[in-house]
Amino acid sequence: MATSASSKLSKTVKQQYLDLPQGDEVQAMYIWIDGTGEGLRCKTRTLDSEPKTIEELPEWNFDGSSTYQSEGSNSDMYLIPQAMFRDPFRKDPNKLVLCEVLKYNRKPAETNLRQMCKKIMGMVQNQHPWFGMEQEYTILGTDGHPFGWPSNGFPGPQGPYYCGVGADKAYGRDVVEAHYRACLYAGVKICGTNAEVMPAQWEFQVGPCEGIEMGDHLWIARFLLHRVCEDFGVIASFDPKPISGNWNGAGCHTNFSTKEMREEGGLKYIEESIERLAKRHQYHIRAYDPKGGLDNARRLTGHHETSNINEFSAGVANRGASIRIPRSVGQEKKGYFEDRRPSANCDPYAVTEALIRTCLLSEEGEEPMTYK
Amino acid sequence: MSYVSDSSSLNKALRQQYLSLPQGHSYQVTYVWIDGSGEGLRSKTRTMDTEPKSIADLPEWNFDGSSTGQSEGRNSDMLLIPVCMFRDPFILDPNKLVLCEVFKHTREPAESNHRNSCNKVMEKVKDLHPWFGMEQEYTLLGVDGHPYGWPRLGYPKKQGPYYCSVGADRAFVRDIVESHYKACLYAGIKIGGTNAEVMPSQWEFQVGPCEGIEMGDHLWMARFLLHRVCEDFGVVATLDPKPMTGDWNGAGCHINVSTEQMREEGGIEHIEKAIEKLSKRHVEHIRVYDPHGGEDNKRRLTGHHETASISDFSAGVANRGASIRIPRQVGQDKCGYFEDRRPAANCDPYAVTCAMAHTCMLEEGKDLHELE
Repeated sequence: MATSASSKLSKTVKQQYLDLPQGDEVQAMYIWIDGTGEGLRCKTRTLDSEPKTIEELPEWNFDGSSTYQSEGSNSDMYLIPQAMFRDPFRKDPNKLVLCEVLKYNRKPAETNLRQMCKKIMGMVQNQHPWFGMEQEYTILGTDGHPFGWPSNGFPGPQGPYYCGVGADKAYGRDVVEAHYRACLYAGVKICGTNAEVMPAQWEFQVGPCEGIEMGDHLWIARFLLHRVCEDFGVIASFDPKPISGNWNGAGCHTNFSTKEMREEGGLKYIEESIERLAKRHQYHIRAYDPKGGLDNARRLTGHHETSNINEFSAGVANRGASIRIPRSVGQEKKGYFEDRRPSANCDPYAVTEALIRTCLLSEEGEEPMTYK
Repeated sequence: MSYVSDSSSLNKALRQQYLSLPQGHSYQVTYVWIDGSGEGLRSKTRTMDTEPKSIADLPEWNFDGSSTGQSEGRNSDMLLIPVCMFRDPFILDPNKLVLCEVFKHTREPAESNHRNSCNKVMEKVKDLHPWFGMEQEYTLLGVDGHPYGWPRLGYPKKQGPYYCSVGADRAFVRDIVESHYKACLYAGIKIGGTNAEVMPSQWEFQVGPCEGIEMGDHLWMARFLLHRVCEDFGVVATLDPKPMTGDWNGAGCHINVSTEQMREEGGIEHIEKAIEKLSKRHVEHIRVYDPHGGEDNKRRLTGHHETASISDFSAGVANRGASIRIPRQVGQDKCGYFEDRRPAANCDPYAVTCAMAHTCMLEEGKDLHELE
C-alpha cells in the first residue's frame, strides 16, 4: 500500500473537531531546521491572544539532543521567531512561525545559515536583490518508490510527463493543488507550479522575494509541502537524484537580479556577475547542497538538462549550462539570470548568500570574507 | 496496515444528523471518574432540566463500584461528588463534562481517590501559589495493540527523525493530536502545547500552568478527552511508561514546579532548596510517581533514553539525563521553575502534585502517608 496508515483515519471526524471554536486562544506552531540542514521540525504552543507582529511572539526552546543538534547533558537550544504566516491547516487565527536556532551560548546552531545570510543581505539592501527559486521535488509512496509508479518497476520513458495531463501522465496532482492553495492562504509568495519531466516529479516557484525573504518563504513552502503530503499519506523528497538511470534529477534553479540589472542597459551588470561567478565555481558548488557538493555530484552530470559539476558555463536559453540567460533578457538587454546549479535539497539561505557575496560584494577565492 | 476499531467505521455523517437535533430545555451532563485501577476512567451521563452554571448546581450521584474494581457486589454503591466542570466538545454546548471524586458508602474517599488528600495539602500551601505544568506523553496503538503506523509485523527505522517531525514517514496519527488540542481548548482545559515525541506514534501535550488542585483536575480531564477522541477515530491511547522494549523511548509525565518565591527575582535560591529537599526523599517520591509503587517506572527509568536511573537522584541545568532538570533559561535568569522528570506517563497527577507540595512546601517532619 502506497499511502500511510495515518491517512486512512476519518477526515470527517477530524473536521468535526477542527471546527470547534477556540475562544480567544491561538495556536502558534514554531518551525525550525534540524541538525541535518534539510529536515524540518515543529511544535505548538497556546497563546492567549492573536499575535499581530513577529515581535509579539516569545522565544522558546527545545531538546536539541533529539534533533541531531546537541548532547543530552546540555541539550536546551533556543528558538527565535523570525517570520510569521497564517496556518492553512488549523486556519485563522492560528499561526506558523519560522524560527532561527541558537545554541545554549546563544551562538547560531551549525545549520542556522539564516543569521549570516541576513547580515550579508543587510549590506546590499540598497541594490534591491530579487530572487525566485524553482523548487523541484518527487512524490514517493510510503514504500519509498515514486508515487504512481508500478510497484516493482518503472513507467514508460520520459517525454510525455512534463506539464502533462491525464491519469497516465500526471501522478499526485492533488498534492500540488492542495499545496498551492495552502501557500496562497499562508501568505507564501508562490508564483506557479508545473509537472516535471520525470513522472511523480513536480515543481513550484517562490518569488520574487527580496533579500532574506527568499529563504524564509522557501523553507515555509517546503514545510507546507511535507505537511500536505503527510495528510495525504505520501512523502515529498528533495533528493537531487531520487532514481538513477535515465531519469531527471531535482534541482532548485535560482533566478537573480538587482535593481540595476532590471533597468535599461542592465545586461551589462548581468554579464559582470556571470564573469565573477565563473571564477568561483567550486565555492558555489559547495554552497549549493547540504553536503558540500556530494549530493549534486549525482545530479549534475551534463545530461538531463544539467551542466557538468566540474565545469562552469553560461549561455542564452541554454539549459545545459550552469547559468542560463533567458532569451527575452538577451533580447531586451535587461532583466535577470538563472543559476541552474543548486540542488533541490539546498539551503536557500546558503544559496542566496553566496550569490550576493560573489556578484555584489565581488568576493573571490575559496573562503567567504568576514565583515564586521 | 494498522487496525482501527469497527465502531470508527460507523457513518459519522449520519451521527452528525442526530447530534444536530435540538434538545430543548434538557441538558446532558456526563460524570467522569477514576476507577479502581487508578489509571482507568469511567463515565456515565444524566439529563438535567436546567443548565448547570457551576459545580454547586450539580447533584451527587452514585454508581456500581463492583463493576469498576472499587467495591464488592453486595455493598457496591459508591458516591460521585462533582468537583470540576468543563464544556463538552463531543456533544457540544450547553452540555457538560464533570470530573468527580469517588467516595465509599461510608463517605470515606475511595482507595484510588487521591484528590481528597491532595486538596488538603494544597489548601495548606495556597499562600505560596504553587504552579504546575505537566507534560503528558502517550503512545497511539491500533486495536491490535501495535503502535499505529508501524509496519504490521515489525518496527520502523530507529529513533532520530521523529521528534517534532513532519511528513508521512515520520509523524504518525497527527489527526488525533490536532483534534484533541481543539477539544481541550473548547472544553476549557489549560492545554499549553503539543509536539511529536522521540518514538514514532508517540506524542506529548502539556497542561498548565495550573495552580494547586487545578493541575490534577485539568490533566485527568485532558486524558479523558484523549481516550474519547481516540475512540472516535478507532485507535487506542496508552499511557504505559514503556510500551515497546528495546531501543525505544518510554513515556513520562515530567512535572514543572514553581512557587511565587521561585518565580521572583533571585528565586533560584528557593529552587535549589526545593531540590535539596527532594534529594532526601527520592524513594518516597518514586513510590507515588506511578500507580504501582514504582514497579511501572522500573521499566522506564533506566538511565538511557533521556531518563535518569531509578535508583539514583540527580539534578542539573539543561540535563535531560537527570532526575531534576533546571532549564537553561532559568539558570540564566536566576529565577523561574524546575522540572522533575521522574513521574511516569500513567502517574496520578493528584499523587504527584501532593508529594511535591508536601516535600518542597510544607514543614519538615511529616511522613507522606500520614495524610492518607
